[in-house]
This record gives sequence, C-alpha cells and structure tokens, in this order.
Amino acid sequence: MTFEYAPAPESRSVVTLRETYELFIDGAFTPAEGGEYLTTVNPADETKLAQVAVAGPADVDRAVAAARRAYETVWSRMPGAERGKYLFRIARILQERSRELAVLESMDNGKPIKETRDVDLPLVAAHFFYHAGWADKLAHAGLGPDPRPLGVAAQVIPWNFPLLMLAWKIAPALATGNTVVLKPAETTPLTALAFAEICQEADLPPGVVNILTGAGETGRALVEHPGTDKVAFTGSTEVGRQIARAVAGTGKRLTLELGGKGANIVYDDAALDQAVEGVVSGIFFNQGHVCCAGSRLLVQESIAEELLPRLKARISRLRLGDPLDKNTDIGAINSAAQLERIRELTDTAEAEGVQRWSPECALPGSGYWFAPTVLTGVSQSHRVAREEIFGPVLSVLTFRTPEEAVAKANNTPYGLSAGVWTEKGSRMLWTAERLRAGVVWSNTFNKFDPTSPFGGYKESGYGREGGRHGLEAYLG
Amino acid sequence: MAERRTSRRTARAAEGGPPARLAVRKTYKLYLGGAFPRSESGRSYPVTSASGQHLANASLASRKDARDAVVAARKAFGGWSARTAYNRGQVLYRVAEVLEGRRAQFAAQAVAAQGLSPDLADRVVSAAIDRWVYYAGWTDKVAQVLGGANPVAGPYYNHSAPEPTGVVAVLAPQDAPLLGLTSVLAPVIATGNTAVAVTSETAPLAAVDLAEVLATSDLPGGVVNLLTGRVPELAPHLAAHADVNALDLTGAGDLAVELEREAAATLTRVLRPGPEAGGGEEAWLDPDPGTARMTPFLETKTVWHPVGV
Repeated sequence: MTFEYAPAPESRSVVTLRETYELFIDGAFTPAEGGEYLTTVNPADETKLAQVAVAGPADVDRAVAAARRAYETVWSRMPGAERGKYLFRIARILQERSRELAVLESMDNGKPIKETRDVDLPLVAAHFFYHAGWADKLAHAGLGPDPRPLGVAAQVIPWNFPLLMLAWKIAPALATGNTVVLKPAETTPLTALAFAEICQEADLPPGVVNILTGAGETGRALVEHPGTDKVAFTGSTEVGRQIARAVAGTGKRLTLELGGKGANIVYDDAALDQAVEGVVSGIFFNQGHVCCAGSRLLVQESIAEELLPRLKARISRLRLGDPLDKNTDIGAINSAAQLERIRELTDTAEAEGVQRWSPECALPGSGYWFAPTVLTGVSQSHRVAREEIFGPVLSVLTFRTPEEAVAKANNTPYGLSAGVWTEKGSRMLWTAERLRAGVVWSNTFNKFDPTSPFGGYKESGYGREGGRHGLEAYLG
Repeated sequence: MAERRTSRRTARAAEGGPPARLAVRKTYKLYLGGAFPRSESGRSYPVTSASGQHLANASLASRKDARDAVVAARKAFGGWSARTAYNRGQVLYRVAEVLEGRRAQFAAQAVAAQGLSPDLADRVVSAAIDRWVYYAGWTDKVAQVLGGANPVAGPYYNHSAPEPTGVVAVLAPQDAPLLGLTSVLAPVIATGNTAVAVTSETAPLAAVDLAEVLATSDLPGGVVNLLTGRVPELAPHLAAHADVNALDLTGAGDLAVELEREAAATLTRVLRPGPEAGGGEEAWLDPDPGTARMTPFLETKTVWHPVGV
C-alpha cells in the first residue's frame, strides 16, 4: 500500500533574497574589484536565486589585510572571555534566525527542510555555543599552559553543509583568537552571506570575519595568498592534494577534511530493523552528499538475503521531491555537474556488470534529481566501491568473517568514517579498534556534535574539527 | 533593590505633605523548590545597610527549612543531572542574560547594602554576570578535560568520566553576597549537582534578588535553593544530613573544622574554605577560577568492557 501525503511546504516568506550580494570585507559589503558576478540557482527547479560577486586576487588582498589588521589591533589582544561573548551572541542570533537560515539553505543547496531545520541549524548554533565557552579556557585544553592563536586563517568550504561547514571553520578559529577569510562554495554562497549580516548584527569588530564568494579560482588565490598563517579546507581529496602542495614550504599550518568511502559493517547478530534504518540514513542523508556517508554496505553473508529485501522495502518508502516540503526525505542534487558525476560513475558500474536497483520514483521535471540507488554484486575492484560518488548510491558487498569485514572496510585510500552494527559490545570494540577511520559509529550513523572530534585517516585528510582536539588546529 | 526607609519621598511625608507615590517594597523570602516561601518558622530578621540603616526584613530559615531544601534539591537532581551538558550550558547562559538585564538593580543593591563604591559595584556585577557565562562554557567541557580513555594493559576498553555527586550544601561567603555567592553556586550546578546554599547572613538581599533571576531563567525548581539565615543554626544540620552528598565550607568561618567532623559521619565530600573565603567581593574577581570548584563535587566513573570477536 502507498501512503499519499498532501504537500506540506515550508513557507519561503521568512527569506528575503536580494538581487545581488557583494563580498564581505572588513565589516562591510563591498563589490569585487573585477566587477564579475556568478549566479546561484535553486537546484530543485533551476530558478535563479541571486547573483553573487566573484572575488579576484585584489579582493583577496584586501580581505587578508583586513583580517591581519583585525588580528593585530583587536582580536588577538582581546581577553578570551570577551571573544567568547561575541561567539555566544552569534550563537543566539543563529538560534533566533534559524528558520530563515534553514529555508535559505534548502533553497540554495537543495537539501530537505527537515534536515536543515532539525540537523544543520541546531548544530550550527551549538557549534558556536560550544566554542564560545572555550575562548577563556584554552589553558585548560591540555595544549600547554599558554596556547597562542596562529593569526589569519584562510578557509575554504564545500557545498554539502554550507552553513555547518562555515561554523566548523569559523567558530574554533575565532574562539582561539584567529581572524578568518572564508570562501563558501560557488553553488551555495547565500547562507555564508547571511552569516556576514549576523556578524554585523553581533557588532563583531570589522575584519575578524571576511567572506569572499567565488569559484575555484577565488579559492586558489585565497589558499595561496602569502599573508595567511593557516589554511583549512573541506572538500575533495584532489583539491586537498593541490592545497597541500601549494602550502609546502610556506610555514602555514594546514588541516584538510576530504573525501571518504565509509564502510557500514552489518554483522549477523545485528538488530536488523535498526541496522536497516542506519544504513538508509547513512547513505541517503543529504542525498549522499556527505563525506562520511556509509556508501559501502558490508553485510555478513549469512544475513544478506534477509537484509537486502528489508533495505529495499525501506528505500521504497523514501520520499523524493520538493526540498521545502516537510515530508521530503531526499531533496535535489546540488548542481548539474554533481548530477553528471553521479550518473557517470553509476553507469560505469552497470557496464562492469553490477546490478542496479532503484525504487519506482517519479523525478520532478526541472531541477537536478537522482533516484536512490542500490548496487549489488559489487566487488572491491569496481569503481563504485573505490571512488567517492557523493550521491544517493549504495554499493553492497558481503563478508564471511570479522577479519574479512575489517580488511574490506580498510581496503580504500580513504579513512573518514565507518559503521559497525552488532549487538555484541566486545565485537563492536574489536572492530572499531581495527578500522582505519577517524570516526566510527556503532549501531548509529551520521551523528555529529560540537564536542566530538571529526576528521579522517589516510587520504581523507588530516587534523580534527570539533571537541577539545579540534582546538589544536588553530593554536600554536 | 531594597529601598532605604528614609527616602526623599517618605521624608517629605514626614514634613506633612502626602508622598507623590508610595514605593511598593519587596518582601524577601527563601527560595525553595522553585518557589518563594517564608520560613516555616515564621521568623525574620532585620537587614541593615553598611552604614546601619534598616533595609528590609529577611526570612530567618530554620532547620526544618534546611531539610525541606535538601528534599527539593534531591527531587531536582535526577532531572537536572540527566539534562545534556549543552542544555545546562544554555540555562546558565540564560541566567547571565537575565542578570545583565537587571544589572542596575544589583549594582544599586551592592552600593546600598554593602557600601561599595559605584565603580566597584559595577565591576562586581559585571564579574558576576561573566561568571555565569564562564561556567555555562564549562558544562560541556569539564568531561573532556577531566575524563578520557585509560590505556589498560589488556584487551579492554576503559573509559573514565566525571559525574555529579548529588546534593551539595553550600555555605556561601559571608562578605561577598553576590559575586561570592555566584562563584560558589555556579560551579556546583554547572556539572549537574543541585544546591542548597546558606547565603550571607548580614547581606542576604542580593541572594534573594539572584533567586528571582534564577527563577526566570529556565532553571528547574529545586536545582538551587537559597536559605537566608544563620550559618551556626543551619550548617550543622546540613553537614550531618545523610542525604547531602557534599559540603562547601567557604562561608563556615570558625565552624569549618567542626562541620567537617560532622560531615564525616556519612562521608560527605568536603571543600574546605579557600584563601578567598573571608574576603569581600574583590577577593572573587579572578576571571578564570578553573576547575577547582567543580572537581570536589564530581565522582569519577570508570567503565570496562572487553574487546574481542
């Protein structure tokens, strides 16, 4: 039987879009010197949302200079308690404007309002709240008696969790006494610009936070700018490698949070209904645009035949459609380019003999959409088992022994996340000890908290964000 | 703020003319289980300003009030300690927000009741507000600073984490009625304990004003209970009370050693008076008191679990 749902759209009226957005430098909105703009669209219907300035090298110069000035004259000299109070203010304003920001994020990114409202925005505010409290307690963080800020941080973030990634970058940097120049992704700049307004509303001193919009060239100019002391990047492993190369020899500190190919291991004693829920949310949360997504399901052979039909039945109940509808589980793919990449990789799987399955799922006529997909008969050498797809595509592999599960889970250049489903605690801990991954979830998946460090092993990057450990990335 | 009994308006009335408007004075009561009752004993005592003028009558708490306060604190402990650390931080930050909104009242109170200069009163109130913010920030960090993984020599997962000890009886500093009280109270509840505090006997009004702030800051009733009255009358019962888990002796004065002995009967944890205990508000101005006032009221729980297929 199917359940019919009446549309339950969240109102767009809480969002007031401007025609044009400028750069945010030294506390004020200012046009890019090159006069160039890019257009950001709603990926759910391809309508234009706004045009956004493209920062060039001269703008990067200005922003870095403003950040340096703010660092030297105000921010690094301010007592930690006072810095903390700015961050508490920002956290409160984020809480107050959370519905507006959630709707704006869903419009610009394509992710369901259910997620922006219940996951992204609460975590954004919590991240600022948590780090606000650290600002006057850095001496207690176990990083030495008098940890010092680094200076100016260049930060480049991706489009999958635009405002949350901004929070992960800006909150620890500011709490530790650094100033920042941040570049949001070219397809999702709008919540970062709303955040710039929030900095103004909080009376944050000019230059402490600077937001430069633009595409890859802007990001390159920022991370290669000689005037910064720290580079923090979240995005693809390929770009991460380029940045690591560019930073070599400069003396700048670097943290990278890159791709992943997370394994979700389901043992034969797992609570299956719970595991099915976790596997589904592990890969289809945020359309699979999650670096720590559980994109490889490793299921013990003896229960594979029982698990897969349940998994498919559950996936058939997912609701794909209007991101602003409160019942939507799967929203739009963020961009045409990303949709093309998902299609291309998934098609190679079929060509290589992998079985492909998707539920009956009507896709909207405009916008970028991809039905939830399960690939079975996948072996470790298939591209879909090795490369990050960054979309709603789950590859299913099987294993017989715990040793084999661990070997397969670790057989990837990545090492960001993993999941372990078993009712036996000792087996969970045995497995977690052997997984070469920065975050291991057991009997749950995709859980985030500002107190919990996040980051990867191997080619998923280095450095941690969040928790006490995350402070280290911004202290010398 | 306690209005002085010889204000300009009443003086004018004494000259024969009717006052333009008669001020409505506040009745100062206990703060117990989230409510503001009078002492069950029906007693009160006069509170005077630093210069000896009568300010108000405060409730004189009895041992029965102290017992009721422990019951209220115990009742609130389960819920408060089960809140997420993040949520407790939000509540403590809310206390700072509400206190900031009433800073003028508290500063005027400090000038009237303690004879502080307006400058110092302002600094003291600012420091008290910032102290709530400080401990709001500690709620979700103290476990990360004090707890962690223990590398035992065997195939075991082993992890230690702090937990609140329970009901803490706090003898607040006698000569630091706002910042001193805040400085001993906030660390107790930040970690999930609940508190029964005996306030400054001679200057109790700031505590009752603070109770009004706590009562309007989403702090659940019973998490903080404030008793105005005499330490020698109340403290021995609290020290010997079997349902009190810990005792802060900061305001105990000469009774400290005797109370520590009383506390030994049920192995109540004791925090002895520190160097600032006898000082005025200025003694409490250090902006980073660290974990020293939290750790005495925390238990450490260690969990073992085997590792193996």
